[in-house]
Amino acid sequence: MTVSSKSEARPRTVAQSSAFSNWANKHRKWLFASPAMIFVGLLIVFPLVWTLYLSLTDSRGSVRAPSDFIGFGNYLTVLSDFDRFWPAVGRTAYFTVTALVVEMVVGMMIALLLWRPFRGEKWVRVAILLPLVATPVAVGMMWKLIFDPNMGFANQMLGWFGIPAQPWLSGQATALPTTIFMDIWQWTPMVVLILLAGLTSLPEETDEAARVDGANAWQRFFFVTLPLLKTTVIVAVLLRSIDALKTFDILYATKGKGGGSFHEVETLNVYAYGLSFDYNEYGLSSAVLIIFFLIIIGFMWILTRRRKGNN
Amino acid sequence: MAHSVIPQGKSVVTPARLSNAKRKKPRGVRAYTAFRVAALIVIVLALLAPLGWLVASSLKTNVDIYDPTKTIFFTPTLENYVNVLTRNNYFVYIFNSFWVALVSTVLSLVLGVPAAYAMSRFTMHRSALVVLMARVIPGISLLVPWYYVFSNLRMVGGFSVLIMSHMFVALPLVVYIMISYFDSMPLELEESAQVDGLTPIGAFQRITLPLSVGGMATAGILSFIFSWNNFMFALVLSGAKTKTLPVAIFDFVSYASIDWGGLMAAATVVTVPIMVIALFTQKYIVSGMTAGAIK
Repeated sequence: MTVSSKSEARPRTVAQSSAFSNWANKHRKWLFASPAMIFVGLLIVFPLVWTLYLSLTDSRGSVRAPSDFIGFGNYLTVLSDFDRFWPAVGRTAYFTVTALVVEMVVGMMIALLLWRPFRGEKWVRVAILLPLVATPVAVGMMWKLIFDPNMGFANQMLGWFGIPAQPWLSGQATALPTTIFMDIWQWTPMVVLILLAGLTSLPEETDEAARVDGANAWQRFFFVTLPLLKTTVIVAVLLRSIDALKTFDILYATKGKGGGSFHEVETLNVYAYGLSFDYNEYGLSSAVLIIFFLIIIGFMWILTRRRKGNN
Repeated sequence: MAHSVIPQGKSVVTPARLSNAKRKKPRGVRAYTAFRVAALIVIVLALLAPLGWLVASSLKTNVDIYDPTKTIFFTPTLENYVNVLTRNNYFVYIFNSFWVALVSTVLSLVLGVPAAYAMSRFTMHRSALVVLMARVIPGISLLVPWYYVFSNLRMVGGFSVLIMSHMFVALPLVVYIMISYFDSMPLELEESAQVDGLTPIGAFQRITLPLSVGGMATAGILSFIFSWNNFMFALVLSGAKTKTLPVAIFDFVSYASIDWGGLMAAATVVTVPIMVIALFTQKYIVSGMTAGAIK
């Protein structure tokens, strides 16, 4: 990008332009767009093709180690793996769906609470912004201390109410819900911000008209506000589901390799990371990655198709 | 915000209200106000208390952290910070994080702003989709090939690889935000500049770019934050000399035990700078995160 220097007295006009400048102006569409597209394209297309190739080999140990072509063997191994792969798929679905539903419902409630102006709005805005910008790994560590079974504040608080201490992150059954809770804490504010932006852009007349017609608060929300807000809601669902599917930082920070000793929080992302960089099973991990990739693309395709159909 | 349009004195009835009051009944409104204040206090506490806990723990000794009687009242100490900052090369990691975030943000703006401009003005939906794909694809599915290529080129552990991988996160963000920014900018401004004799690129430089400083600030701040917070790419692609803060936090976790005080101090050192930046640039962050949400 050439930003004209200050020494240049006058901007170049059409009459003064050189042959190159003429060419550049004529082709500015691609001149502007291609550097970014080439950068992203190179970082996406080659790796995907290469992952596809790797997934058909028995590559392992070192990325530079020689490997043999074994066809679809890795895919068969992965798809028949009911110990690690399928539970990971289940956990990913569980994590994404639970986090998404809670974040949307709670986010909508908070957004409605903040909709109309009130005193101290500024403070609430700050509170909403801080979890969003906090470093996820640090957030994971912070919750890990709060949820520590022996000295964590969470169990201390339960103690005040006479509720027995919970294992939280260290329990096999409670670990995943606990990490979902962390995700909800960090990302509900995102949903609130998006929905609030949608709410404030709504015309006020329709709500007013419905009120004059005698609609109560529930009716106005479900029959007036919500339909008008549909696009915004879909955008929020899209953004949150993409990120929830790919969650890694908090899971790895709180439970480490393999998602804990019983793989209790091992989602597809954590599983694929472990196969690639903890166990160096490149062939196998590539097969998992291709499947993961297809799941996400398929998921996005369904969501965006619905969006087009709705509008 | 559109909020300010509503006059302060007007009594507002909110659709979310769970009440039987049909028309501006003062009692119902007052009940809702009370409910709302209570709910907001709970929300603010729920969002801020854990962060307060993080900072408080970073000021406790490891003994005090284990002591339930010292939950709220304790003698603060800077011991953990002294440990973190002196013993563990933390200034180097802070510099690394800062440098990688800064360079990847600047480069993403340099590549992303013109691209977003072209995509907005020439409605290149499909091209925009290519760049936005980077937002959807799980980073992990690209990391193995990147690692292979860059380790063969002996670049793993260097800044260039790290910056490139962070640009991969930042660039789609910049394009996404700037497209919606350019979309909302009237075309007439450039057109009249061209009538006055500027070339199209000249009009972009002289008119559009200066007018889009707000959008670029938004995109820049957000990509800086995302790069600063990025963990997975740095975990694989950084080396001993280029380690960033989110990865360095793990120095306090060993198999045997966790130095909780040090860990919390390290986590605070990572989180607080980015929060301070966020506080001063609130407006931009909110507009960036909600860009394109309403159409």
